[in-house]
Amino acid sequence: MAEKKVKLMQGNEACVEGAIAAGMKFYAGYPITPSTEIAELSAERLPRIGGKFIQMEDEIAGISAIIGASLAGTKSMTATSGPGFSLKQESIGYAIITETPCVIVNVQRGGPSTGLPTSPAQGDIMQARWGTHGDHSIIALYPSTVREVYDTTIRAFNLAEKYRTPVILLMDEVVGHMREKIEFREDQEIEIVNRRKPNCLPEEYKPYKVKEGDLVPEMAAFGDGYRFHVTGLVHSETGFPTGNEKVAEALTKRLFNKIEENVDDIVEYEEYLLDDAEIAIVAYGSTARSAKSAVEILREEGMKVGLFRPITIWPMAEKQFLQLSNKVDRIVVVEMNMGQYFLEVDRISGKNSKVEKYGRVNGELITPEEIVSFIKEG
Amino acid sequence: MERQELRLSGSGGQGLILAGIILAEAALHDGKNVVQSQSYGPEARGGASKAEVIISQKEINYPKVEDCDILLSLTQVACNKYIDSLKSGGILILDSSVTIKPEREDIVVYTVPILETASESLGKPMVANIVALGSIFELTKVVSRDSLEKAVLARVPRGTEELNKQALEEGFNLIKNHKEVCYGEVC
Repeated sequence: MAEKKVKLMQGNEACVEGAIAAGMKFYAGYPITPSTEIAELSAERLPRIGGKFIQMEDEIAGISAIIGASLAGTKSMTATSGPGFSLKQESIGYAIITETPCVIVNVQRGGPSTGLPTSPAQGDIMQARWGTHGDHSIIALYPSTVREVYDTTIRAFNLAEKYRTPVILLMDEVVGHMREKIEFREDQEIEIVNRRKPNCLPEEYKPYKVKEGDLVPEMAAFGDGYRFHVTGLVHSETGFPTGNEKVAEALTKRLFNKIEENVDDIVEYEEYLLDDAEIAIVAYGSTARSAKSAVEILREEGMKVGLFRPITIWPMAEKQFLQLSNKVDRIVVVEMNMGQYFLEVDRISGKNSKVEKYGRVNGELITPEEIVSFIKEG
Repeated sequence: MERQELRLSGSGGQGLILAGIILAEAALHDGKNVVQSQSYGPEARGGASKAEVIISQKEINYPKVEDCDILLSLTQVACNKYIDSLKSGGILILDSSVTIKPEREDIVVYTVPILETASESLGKPMVANIVALGSIFELTKVVSRDSLEKAVLARVPRGTEELNKQALEEGFNLIKNHKEVCYGEVC
C-alpha cells in the first residue's frame, strides 16, 4: 500500500489541486468572494509548474482569455461568483458555439446583484442552465465535499475535453470555504481525458467536420500548423460563417445532441438509504450535507427516508428521477433558493409522486432540524 | 467524546479563523474527522467574525455548529450574538474585556484575560488567537497537546515560533491559575 497523505483542505483549494491534476496550465479571472482563494492559489501554483495566471481587468476578459488559451491547446479555467457569472454568460455561449473546452467555476453567494457576498446560496441553478442566450445544452456539476470538489474538478476538465464544451462547476460559499479532511494516495491513478487532435494533412483539415457516427469534431490547436477560423456566428464545417438553414439546424442540433445523447456518460449521482425509502429528499452541494444528517435523524425515528443527490445538475438525470418517482410516494427538493431545481424534478417526477419544495434564501445554510420538521409535518 | 462542536467568536482581524484552522489541523493529527467553517461580513477588519470547528470520530455531514459544546467570545457583541447557541452544560470562555456577562445558570463560564495577556504580557496583540487556543486546550482537551503544538508551529510565520509557543503556554496558565470553576456565574 502506498502512503496516504492526509490534509486539511478548503473546497476552493481542492478545486485548484483538482484542476492542476487534470492538466490546467492557464487561469485567468477577476477575484470575487467567495471564490477568491481559487484565483489566489492558482496564481501561486501555476507559475511553478510551467503554467500561467493572469488577473484580468474584469470577468468578461477572464473568460475570454481562457477561451483563447484553450484554442491554443491549453487546459484553462476561470472562477467567479454570481455577479461575475452573470458577466461571463455571453462568452459561455461563445465557448459553446465555438466548441472550446474550458471550466467555469461559480462559487455561489446570495443574489441578485452583489447580494450577500460572504453567504451561501444556490440561486444560480437555472442561470447555469439557461444563462447564455440561444438554444443550447450545458454540463454543470456540483460537488458537496472537499474530496468531491477535487474529483469533480478533474471530471469537469475531462468532460470539457471529451465533448468540446464549456463545463460549469457549481459550488456555494459553504462548499468553497469549508475545510475538511482529504486523503490522497501517492499511487492514486487519475483518469485524464485530452481532446482528440486531427491527424489529417493541414490543407485537408475542417475544424467542425465530424466523423461518421461521431458528434464531436477533432480539435487542432493554434500553433499546431492547422489553419482555422473561429466565430460566434453559425458556421459550416470550415469554421466560416453561413446563413444556410440546413447547416444552422444541423449545427444547433449537434451541439445539443453531443450532450443530451450522452447523458448516461455525463450523469453522476449518489443514492443514500433509498432502497426501502418511502420519502426521498433531493439535495445537492452543501444542502445535501444537511439533508444527509436529516435522513439519519429521521431513520433513527423509524421513518423510511433516503437521499437522492445529483452531482451532475445539468443535463438532468431524468431516467433516475423517473425511477425515483416510481419508488417513493413523496419527494422533497431542498435547496437554497425559491425552488429552481424543484421545477425540473416536479416536471419529471410529479406525475408519479408528490413533489414538494423546501427552500431558504437568507444566506444561512438550511439545517438538518428544519428539514426534519418539514418532512414530519407533511 | 464522539462529537464536539466549537465556536470561536470575536471581531474580524483577531485571527479566529486561523485559530479554527489550527484546531482543525490538530484534530486531524489526532486521527479525527473534522470540518472547519467560518462566517464573516464583507469588511476586512472589525465586524463580527466566527470560526467553527466540528471534531468527530464519525463522518461529519452538516458542517455547521448546531449544539455548541465550547464557545469562545472575545468581544461583547460576539458573546451576545452566540450565547444562546451554547448548549446546556456547555463551556463559555470569555475574554475579561467582556463586561456585560451572560445571564445563564446552565453553563460553565471561564473569564480570562486573553486579549490583555497577548498585548501586555507578550507584547503582541496578534497572538491573542494562540493564547485562546492554549486556554481552550487546557480546559477541554479536545485535541492532544502534541498535535496542537505541531499545528500551531506549522501555521505561524517563520521566526515567530518561540513567541507562539509562549503564547500557548500563557493560554494554558490562564486556565491553570483560574482556581474556581463556577456554574452559572462569572468568576
